[in-house]
Amino acid sequence: MSVVAVVAIGTPDGEALASVEAAVATAFGREVRRLDPLPEPPRALDAARGQWNAPEMLKALLAARPAFAERILGVTGRDLFIPVLSFVFGQAQMEGPTAVISLARLSQAFSGLPEDRPLLLQRARKEALHELGHTFGLVHCPDAACPMSLSTGVVQVDRKGEAFCASCAALVRERTPVAPPPEGRTR
Amino acid sequence: MRATWRILVIDDEAVMRESLAAWLREDGYEVDTAASGREGIDRARETDYAIYFVDLKMPGGIDGIETMMEVKKLRADASIVIITAYATVDTAITAMKEGALEYIVKPCNPQEISLLVTRIIKVRKLQRENEILRRRLSGRWHFQDLISKSPRMQEVFGLVKDVASLRSTVLITGESGTGKELIARALHFSGERAERPFVGVSCAALTESLLESELFGYEKGAFTGAAERRKGKFEQATGGTIFLDEIGDIAPKVQVDLLRVLQERRFFRVGGSEEVSVDVRVVAATHVDLVEAVRTERFRDDLYYRLNVVAIHLPPLRERPEDIPLLARSFLERLSHELGKEAEDLSEGALKALLGHRWPGNVRELENAVERALVTAKGRILTEEDFAFLRPVSEAAPGWTVPTHLPLADVEKTVIAATLRRNEGNVKETAAVLGIDRSTLYDKLKKYAIER
Repeated sequence: MSVVAVVAIGTPDGEALASVEAAVATAFGREVRRLDPLPEPPRALDAARGQWNAPEMLKALLAARPAFAERILGVTGRDLFIPVLSFVFGQAQMEGPTAVISLARLSQAFSGLPEDRPLLLQRARKEALHELGHTFGLVHCPDAACPMSLSTGVVQVDRKGEAFCASCAALVRERTPVAPPPEGRTR
Repeated sequence: MRATWRILVIDDEAVMRESLAAWLREDGYEVDTAASGREGIDRARETDYAIYFVDLKMPGGIDGIETMMEVKKLRADASIVIITAYATVDTAITAMKEGALEYIVKPCNPQEISLLVTRIIKVRKLQRENEILRRRLSGRWHFQDLISKSPRMQEVFGLVKDVASLRSTVLITGESGTGKELIARALHFSGERAERPFVGVSCAALTESLLESELFGYEKGAFTGAAERRKGKFEQATGGTIFLDEIGDIAPKVQVDLLRVLQERRFFRVGGSEEVSVDVRVVAATHVDLVEAVRTERFRDDLYYRLNVVAIHLPPLRERPEDIPLLARSFLERLSHELGKEAEDLSEGALKALLGHRWPGNVRELENAVERALVTAKGRILTEEDFAFLRPVSEAAPGWTVPTHLPLADVEKTVIAATLRRNEGNVKETAAVLGIDRSTLYDKLKKYAIER
């Protein structure tokens, strides 16, 4: 069951989804399958804050996870928060099956700058690896160039590379089940 | 997995409590939560947390300030961060006056909380390093330095505590690398002799005559090169403890001299005619099975009984696997500091690899393995790959073909030699595997001239 499902929550950004899927498949060595978009869970909206509650998004993803998927990653255009913090770029269940990323603050337009699509896609890929990394039990990495390093702003996101550092890569490998032998090899 | 730093979040609102805890866990901290001030205080009583996040307003019980004051009574140095949704100058001043380290308003900026935690942990790390360095400098080791959660080792620690202040001779037995010297030091430094010298002698390292002069000293002119009188280890240890390591390896002549010291607390320096009296506590250690050595007349029985007043046996590491992660992490913390490496923890795969190894060299081998892995590791987490050198070389011939052309004695010799090799020369385990008693095994080893 080495499949990661990727799903849009609300209106899909097809280009961002495709970009994220390719990065996830390479970094985790898993098959990636796109699911039909999920409606935005109404409970997740905090009208007073004008933001969306990330743990509620995770609950909706957990309910939508198909049996074949060991992990499910949601991608939303909404600005996410957790109750104690003013915002988050994404959220994941530590060593659990669900993760979500928000494209809202990764976009240059959020800061009033002209939109830069390639930069947005690059940031989305890094945050997708980061949040999925948590689902594999990885914690924040002190190496600022590793996608697992903590970002509290886009400057830090841009400082990160798109490949895990040696340590985090070894941990991902450790948690990757041995692939079955190719067909015919057992004869 | 970074098990070193623990944080407690005290907040009556589940959603706040859990979201902060989850966020901190992503940073690698071990986070506990408490739903009330009372529960938080109870937790603080059990565990010394690196940071306490305390919500200011917790209706229906004791509030954040009271909780903080109670925690401070239990843990005077506790780093407490007050969290509130209602920022007023008054509450901030009260919180800080009562000893809060910081004061944050929720929802707070992720960067603010991240910097705050990093800063507090940095100070905690420095405090811990300082403690390690000071202890290293003074060379003093106490119970706190003996790391184990195994019930058998806890029994050992209990015994050490009970006999630390007595003058009784102690015999510590156990395989190489099980920590016999650490126990000897703990005995000395936890007892009434702590302020007096602790003098160690490795008996196996010295020849008979050297050991004699090393232990008892010599008079001027006692032998060629003895230009002046020199005190031996027994005299150097006056009022304190002498630790005789590898006592099972000493020659018969020294056994006699030692017996006399133990009986009379008096001895002659080499080449001397005047008796010297000493008040010394003797702690001896050996990896040799002394009962067996007495039986085969390699060790004097009267000396054995004199030494074996209080017996402490240290179980091998393979018999207390629950200590492996604990010890490995402790070595990692100390060695990464000493080697200037940034490594913080061991991965689950690494722990599995460590738990799967037999550790014939016990705790010392584990320490060396962690050091070797640290030296070559590239990342901050030691993984299974970093411990690849532990993987056993597979046996060349997995199958067993029954020989049909050998005398029975040859078959027996081959089987005994192979089993002994497999058990790293351990006679007790080899005998158990072969289903014979140790004396029978010794007879057969002698008969077939098999070396251990």
